Amino acid sequence: MNETAEAVVIGGGVVGSAIAYGLARRGVKPLVLDEGDDAIRSSRVNFGLVWLLGKGDGMPAYGFWTRRSADLWPEFARELKDFTGVETHYVKSGGVSYCLGEAEYGTRTEIITRMREQAENDPYEARMIDRGELIDLMPRVKFGPEVLGASYGPHDGHVSPLNLLHALHAGMKRHGAAYRPLTPALEVRPLAAGGFEIRTPKGIIATPKVVLAAGHGINPLERQLGFDVEVLAERGQILVTERMAPIGLLPANGVRQTAEGTFLIGTTNEEVGYDTSTTPRAGAAMVRRAIRVIPALAHARIVRTWAGLRTLTKDECPVYEESSQYPGAFLATCHSGVTLAAIHASDLADAICEGRLGANIEPFHSRRLKDQ
Amino acid sequence: MTRETVTVYVDGKPVSVGAGESAAAAALHAGLSYTRTSPVTDEKRAPYCMMGVCFECLMVIDGVPSRQACMVKVAAGMRIERQIGARELG
Repeated sequence: MNETAEAVVIGGGVVGSAIAYGLARRGVKPLVLDEGDDAIRSSRVNFGLVWLLGKGDGMPAYGFWTRRSADLWPEFARELKDFTGVETHYVKSGGVSYCLGEAEYGTRTEIITRMREQAENDPYEARMIDRGELIDLMPRVKFGPEVLGASYGPHDGHVSPLNLLHALHAGMKRHGAAYRPLTPALEVRPLAAGGFEIRTPKGIIATPKVVLAAGHGINPLERQLGFDVEVLAERGQILVTERMAPIGLLPANGVRQTAEGTFLIGTTNEEVGYDTSTTPRAGAAMVRRAIRVIPALAHARIVRTWAGLRTLTKDECPVYEESSQYPGAFLATCHSGVTLAAIHASDLADAICEGRLGANIEPFHSRRLKDQ
Repeated sequence: MTRETVTVYVDGKPVSVGAGESAAAAALHAGLSYTRTSPVTDEKRAPYCMMGVCFECLMVIDGVPSRQACMVKVAAGMRIERQIGARELG
């Protein structure tokens, strides 16, 4: 079947869906092409943090972009809930990174100081807190003796990534987007007269505007649109416990308790290509560390484990750009599709809608990766 | 044909069940209409798949919470109890 669409978003994960939601909200009704359940889909395997710290080390624009998304998140979560009925469980709780022992506390202090000083207006507003302050923040949590303190980020929070994806899909459809699962883009052909033809197993779609937001699916398609961005895979493993009564835990990189009571324990950073296996060695290491932070976790039963593949660029910062060769073609990729969902649905979708990536988005062009 | 049986205690009540049966089967045999309540919705739940997949049959067995009762073989004197809501981390 051949058809036309006002815009086509390639990729129905959390990045493509947030952009499609934003476009549809502005009245541009996109058609979203997606793979099926067998896709490498980072949106469904991630930890669910809305997280600032560590984003933008060496690239201040990314720090500010992330902060703006964190600022937009509360209203974004409310809007999704009101419009779709789906509760994302977003909480701007503040987040911590635990320090076990003096050495970790020292290293963490250096990172926090460096991040704070590299930009004129500190977007993170993070600080070091000692064990006493940590206990004041989480009076019901019994920390292990090695926990000396933590870094604390007031703008950090967490969300259910699955509910977020569900809400974005429900919302974009309700705003008039068309969603096509099991319909991968096989070929994207720029037309001489402008516009594009996209070939799928089910037919050809003609459109004046295409957004390539397919995560690990970007690499096979991007050259047809004049892009050259390498999307790298990095494996992260996660363990999940049975559901337990809430203990008032702030989310952290290595452990968080979800709204439904499970503890998520993570994570690893492994370069293993597209291998999504889990390993007992990594599981044991993650559990050992979690127990040093909260010893009572030793009694929690682990019910599942899985591994996901992060989508990273060489400098781990996002890439957003319009093709210079084929105007109307946009590319969007980042590591933190959950954190950035709010700004993708607003500022980025606005810019794509207008067909002009302005000064706030310009720093994310991939030419910076060529200079390195 | 006779079968070897064992006595287990389902919510404190002695029940005689076939050796080799699962704790979930013993709970059903004892007439429990539900074996846990959901920590999320407080709904009553009972064993469903009986093959270790659905996690609906979580019970407290010999004092250990959140065990998949369908995957645990009965033993003489085993205590099998309903699990109500979320357990405490302690």
